[in-house]
Amino acid sequence: MKVLKRFYLALILVFLYAPILVMIVQSFNAGKSRAVWEGFSFRWYAELFNTAQIKDALIVTLTVAALATIISTVLGTLAAIGIQAMKARPQTVMLALNNIPLTMPDIVTGISLMLLFIFTGVPRGYVTMLLAHITFDIPYVILSVLPKLKQMNQNSYEAALDLGATPTYALLHVILPEVMPGVITGAMLAFTLSLDDFTISYFTSPTVQNLSTLIYSQSRQGIKLYMYALSALMFVALLVLLLLVNKRSSKAEI
Amino acid sequence: MKKIVSLLCALVLCCAMMPVSGAFAAEEEVAVYNWFDYMDPEVFDLFEQETGIHVVPYYFTTNEEMIVQVQYNPGAYDLVFPSDYIVEKMVRLGMLAEINYDNIPNLVNIDENLLNPDYDPENKYSVPFMWGTLGILYNVTMVEEEVDSWSILWNEKYANRIYMLDSIRDTMGIALKYLGYSMNSTDLFELREASDLLIAQKPIVKAYYVDETKEKMAAGEAALALMWSGDALFAMELNEDLDYVVPQEGSNIWVDPMVIPATAKNKENAEKLINFLCRPDIAQRNCEYIWYSSPNKAAIEAMGEDYTENLTINPSQDIIDRCEFFHDIPEDEFEDFNDEWERVKDAR
Amino acid sequence: MNDYQMPSWGYWVMGVGLALYLVLLVGYFIKCRGFRRPVFASPYVLWIVIFTVIPVLLVAYFALTDGNGNFTLDNFRDFWDSDYLRRAAISPERAEKLKERGMTLEEYLPPNSSNVDTLIHSIWMAFQCTVICLLLGYPAAHIMADREFKLGATLVVLFMVPMWMNFVLRTYALSELLEEDGLINNILKGVGIGARQLLNTDGAIQLGMVYNYLPFMVFPIYNSLNKMDYKLSEAAMDLGCNKWQTFYKVTLPLSVPGVISGITMVFMPAVTTFAISRMLGGGKTPPLFGDLIEKRFSGSALNWNLGSALSMVMMVLILISLGFLQKADPKGEGGGII
Repeated sequence: MKVLKRFYLALILVFLYAPILVMIVQSFNAGKSRAVWEGFSFRWYAELFNTAQIKDALIVTLTVAALATIISTVLGTLAAIGIQAMKARPQTVMLALNNIPLTMPDIVTGISLMLLFIFTGVPRGYVTMLLAHITFDIPYVILSVLPKLKQMNQNSYEAALDLGATPTYALLHVILPEVMPGVITGAMLAFTLSLDDFTISYFTSPTVQNLSTLIYSQSRQGIKLYMYALSALMFVALLVLLLLVNKRSSKAEI
Repeated sequence: MKKIVSLLCALVLCCAMMPVSGAFAAEEEVAVYNWFDYMDPEVFDLFEQETGIHVVPYYFTTNEEMIVQVQYNPGAYDLVFPSDYIVEKMVRLGMLAEINYDNIPNLVNIDENLLNPDYDPENKYSVPFMWGTLGILYNVTMVEEEVDSWSILWNEKYANRIYMLDSIRDTMGIALKYLGYSMNSTDLFELREASDLLIAQKPIVKAYYVDETKEKMAAGEAALALMWSGDALFAMELNEDLDYVVPQEGSNIWVDPMVIPATAKNKENAEKLINFLCRPDIAQRNCEYIWYSSPNKAAIEAMGEDYTENLTINPSQDIIDRCEFFHDIPEDEFEDFNDEWERVKDAR
Repeated sequence: MNDYQMPSWGYWVMGVGLALYLVLLVGYFIKCRGFRRPVFASPYVLWIVIFTVIPVLLVAYFALTDGNGNFTLDNFRDFWDSDYLRRAAISPERAEKLKERGMTLEEYLPPNSSNVDTLIHSIWMAFQCTVICLLLGYPAAHIMADREFKLGATLVVLFMVPMWMNFVLRTYALSELLEEDGLINNILKGVGIGARQLLNTDGAIQLGMVYNYLPFMVFPIYNSLNKMDYKLSEAAMDLGCNKWQTFYKVTLPLSVPGVISGITMVFMPAVTTFAISRMLGGGKTPPLFGDLIEKRFSGSALNWNLGSALSMVMMVLILISLGFLQKADPKGEGGGII
């Protein structure tokens, strides 16, 4: 039975990793096209580092993800603290409002923001992409922080104020430490979502491309193999990092 | 868990501190909006080295998408590569700037036959970049009979071995041509006949692609494909069993011009780039990279027999005579064109 | 078409609104010498009004107007009767020409339900995808959450890594596997079944959706199973339940919130996707509803009004299905991905 269970999990992992394996293998293809295998080479890795476009897209992807994460975490955490302290009626309204972007299909979010930017005459590009990413990140941060706020003692903030703390001090030294795990979960979620987003970026930024939209515009042409080289590198780095960290922390904590 | 978190935080912070401005430094720029992979990438580097003007490339996949982006992002693009019939439309909509030919001395290299075309009769707005034909790319090991008619694309013997183009004007166009009508027809009955023909063909079509086709044909995934001449040559280079033909019934001949949007911020830089692209050595470079027919006489001369002997890239006059240019179809009539094409796409 | 831009007084309204907000905020701060906590939420309120409420209203506005900005319900009518707008757009002269050749406009463009069919097809595909993900994901989550299984946390990471690879790229790589000369067909040939058409079928799209959304099913179920007190199932065992009874009577009901959350997170993106069907369907499979919307906004069949109407239909559909799901999990205990 145990063997059977492990075999089942292994099968699912094979399913999830097979396309990634294809990417890694193909990234060593010496040929011009992925259609024909012409032997092993590092040619595409060399080309990867010589292609400015990829570098730009990578920078856009990472900076947008990072800035969106930081801004949405700050705004989202503040909002969660505010919502938690509200009376029942406004709280329900706020939670419902917060649910709109969560439940809206990506394509509708993207289109509605595109309409907004065109309507207000904001040229779509880096900034609009960032604004869009913040918009879809915040609700996730709020959802991650709220449960932690519910767990903490409701009166400690007021108590701190009564004891002479300034609101900023109370916020930073009383509330924040308590809800930190939730904040971090939210930030991670925001970063992941923003990194992988395609649909919303596609509609909100036609000029400045992130990796997803760049690859999509290439996919009709046949993806260049340096894209595979890039993801192979990302994959290996990520896997090593996560497994290392996981191994250490599982010894320490779990 | 804590370590993952601290590492991720560090990662996020590092990313945020990367120079945001690095990619968007304020210097002499020209924003180019082109089909993906439609230019030797080194050409931009050369241009930058020579002039110090930084080229910012953007890509589109269909003309329709491009027009929308140019309209709603005024000033975002300085040089655009639309299809010929789209130039007609952009002129009609007042979207293009007149080119100052004083800045383009290399225009003398361009074939006079391609100047003052129907889509831009006074040649005010456009300079040809590449031209080509539309035809059938086929695999000689898989196709027995001679390929000289569109009818082979309807031959059930090749069920699931045919690629068509996911491109409204091209695919509707050859159906119209096969029926003996003009590719620019707007007659409701003719359009309906064409879409019925394509719906009947759909079960034996393997896929409707745009640009993936060339690689898939090279990999031997199908026997026949509707294809542009340059993409066909790209595939033939990879797989010697492939051949290209422009059918008897006639087909489409097209020019891809370079134009400058009326809203361009760096018009002079765009003109400099046009001039650069018209220089014989650069035109040759691009021609050898993308394999479309070059409008550049000097470049053709330099390429010699490699170019002139190649019938795909340098079709004979009788083939050219059989072919027809696409024309802009006015919006409301294009709706019909489009809706008939949607019927094909929606058919199951 | 540039008149989609708002009139200039719009900017004044926005500017004055923003200034008013800042003045109120500063005034409040000075008066009360600090903020009460609910005020912390005010930047987000402002944000959500600008970036969520107004955009949704814009979609609604476009859905309810024609190209000239006049109120109309025709866009929704076109959803039911897919050639309605086209019939209305054909000029009298052209209709006359049709008549000369013996056909009325209604005969040429008979009422049809292709948009509705597409919606039903999309829902059916997304439903299948959700069921497959549930059938594959539940056992996996259950095994991972088992107390005797030590690698649970590692596996969560392993499930997450593919999600960090680019969505478009991994879908593209998947299409390479399904190619006629791809790995899967070569295996099939090797086993003696023979190659078959895998790419450009509904099956391929289905596979792509399951591939991309499976982790969204596994994580919430894993979380809810992990949170569960294992003593409960031990107690059930002690009270004489066998393994299956324990699962059926204790574990399964307690994991319902996770399942609901998983279903939501799989069904919603699956019913609205357009990139997956584009990449794996090759233009040959019947379109999904997401494709229909996308092509109205950036594709060949540009019509924002119609596209907005279709988006509204999609939004209402999602809200209704969420309503049903919320009934099954009224407290919203499902939890997120992590």
